[in-house]
Amino acid sequence: MSLASSWRTRKFRLGFVGEICPQCHAKLFPPRDICPHCGGPAKEPLAFSGHGTVYSYTTMSVAPRGFEGQTPYVAALVKTEEGPLVTAQLTDVASDEVFIGMPVEMVTRHINEEGDDGIINYHFKFRPELAAAAKH
Amino acid sequence: MREVAVIGLGQTPVGEHWESSLRILGSEATYLALEDAGTGLPDALLVGNMLSGLSCGQENLGALIADYAGIRGVPAAKIEAGCASGAAALHQGYIMVAGGMAETVVVCGVEKMTETSQPDTTVALAAAADAENEVAHGLSFVGLNALLMQRYLYEYGYQRADFANFAVTAHRNAVNNPAAMFRRAITPEAFMKAKLIAEPVGLLDSAGIADGAAALVLAPLDLARSLGKPLVRIAASAAATDALAIHDRADILELRAARISSLNAYAQAGIQPEDIDFFELHDAFTIMSALSLEANGFAERGQGVRLAMEEAISLSGRIPIATMGGLKARGHPVGATGTYQALEAVTQLRGEAGANQIPGCVLGMTQNIGGSGANIITHIFERVS
Ligand SMILES: [Zn+2]
Repeated sequence: MSLASSWRTRKFRLGFVGEICPQCHAKLFPPRDICPHCGGPAKEPLAFSGHGTVYSYTTMSVAPRGFEGQTPYVAALVKTEEGPLVTAQLTDVASDEVFIGMPVEMVTRHINEEGDDGIINYHFKFRPELAAAAKH
Repeated sequence: MREVAVIGLGQTPVGEHWESSLRILGSEATYLALEDAGTGLPDALLVGNMLSGLSCGQENLGALIADYAGIRGVPAAKIEAGCASGAAALHQGYIMVAGGMAETVVVCGVEKMTETSQPDTTVALAAAADAENEVAHGLSFVGLNALLMQRYLYEYGYQRADFANFAVTAHRNAVNNPAAMFRRAITPEAFMKAKLIAEPVGLLDSAGIADGAAALVLAPLDLARSLGKPLVRIAASAAATDALAIHDRADILELRAARISSLNAYAQAGIQPEDIDFFELHDAFTIMSALSLEANGFAERGQGVRLAMEEAISLSGRIPIATMGGLKARGHPVGATGTYQALEAVTQLRGEAGANQIPGCVLGMTQNIGGSGANIITHIFERVS
């Protein structure tokens, strides 16, 4: 992501802050300011808990530019506790341990760099829920 | 609204065209289509293209292709809708002719994907997905389709192997298409052994990187009648959109934009899905074929892959697909795919499809998908006696 995009997206990317629609009460993540469900304005911030379950996942064996050195890595759709699906990488887990329905929690991690001289990007990822792992 | 016919076809073979540039591919297909039509200078050129800015550092393709095709001076512009750019250009060309704003319009889909190295091409393709909320996480287009396929396998209990016949059928049909990229049959075993790019999507689930261009000339049906050639009209042209990001869709296993655009197309043509003689679908990934058959009314939810398992998609089956090789084996030069599909449908309806001819076909449908289901454009072509 560009420097401008990195700055602009810091709240939802690092704080996992979405929005709630004042009309239909839909919870939105990432923030988008206009509710896709009722079409009205939705600018009220809502901090998401960061807890959810794996809805689908894949192991990336061939990476786009910017992620080449990281393969294989696991990317997923996570169903948040609040409802919305979120796209993110999984971390702290081997690809063959992941399953649909796995409880996960949000963490902030390094995701990539903009070349040797560019900024280092951080983003939310999801790791296996520590409480669930402890019960195991 | 006037009835619109297709009066000219032109294409380059699909492949890795190291000797040809974007402009040469586009101008060649445009020139050939205009030559086939034989109606002289068109009123406009529409260029369907997705990646030229990222792959070749070149935009403003309308003027460029018009100039190189020998029709400098005509109004021309590029139309972009991700991998559905070709069909989006066709849809706009249809509107111009149907609405009476132009007599003849040439629509050219063109893409040059081998100009950049694989990681850069992968990034360029991913620009059709949500850059900020999908691509920023390291997802590629293949990765996004893998998320759909994994969920499909989980919800309906299928195995990867159940999808093999989509690829096998496409490759079998490409053998007889001189313009196809992969003119060789493959076995279900080869499908299973192919390297996984993003589990569960393997190399033979997905269409490869390719260059190519295909063009069509559109004209009012009345003008077309005077040309004394097999008549094919556009019976329907309908487009619809869904959320760009998969995670924003109400139901990730429903191609809602496909359902809406095909329902509108069936209504425009006054037909039902069962009236369609063949369907050039957007088989960029085997999962897209399954979801597309379901969304367009050829299979119930969760049953699309069964049409492949039961051989219903072969040339003699209930609903033949990818009759000239599809995206999988003819090749998928992204912004050109929509016009290749249309060209192949018209070729079938003209009765000129050679060994792959669907006998007596009257109605052919094409569907071009931009993004992982975000922009979907359906056309229905009809042979007119
Ligand atoms: Zn709302």
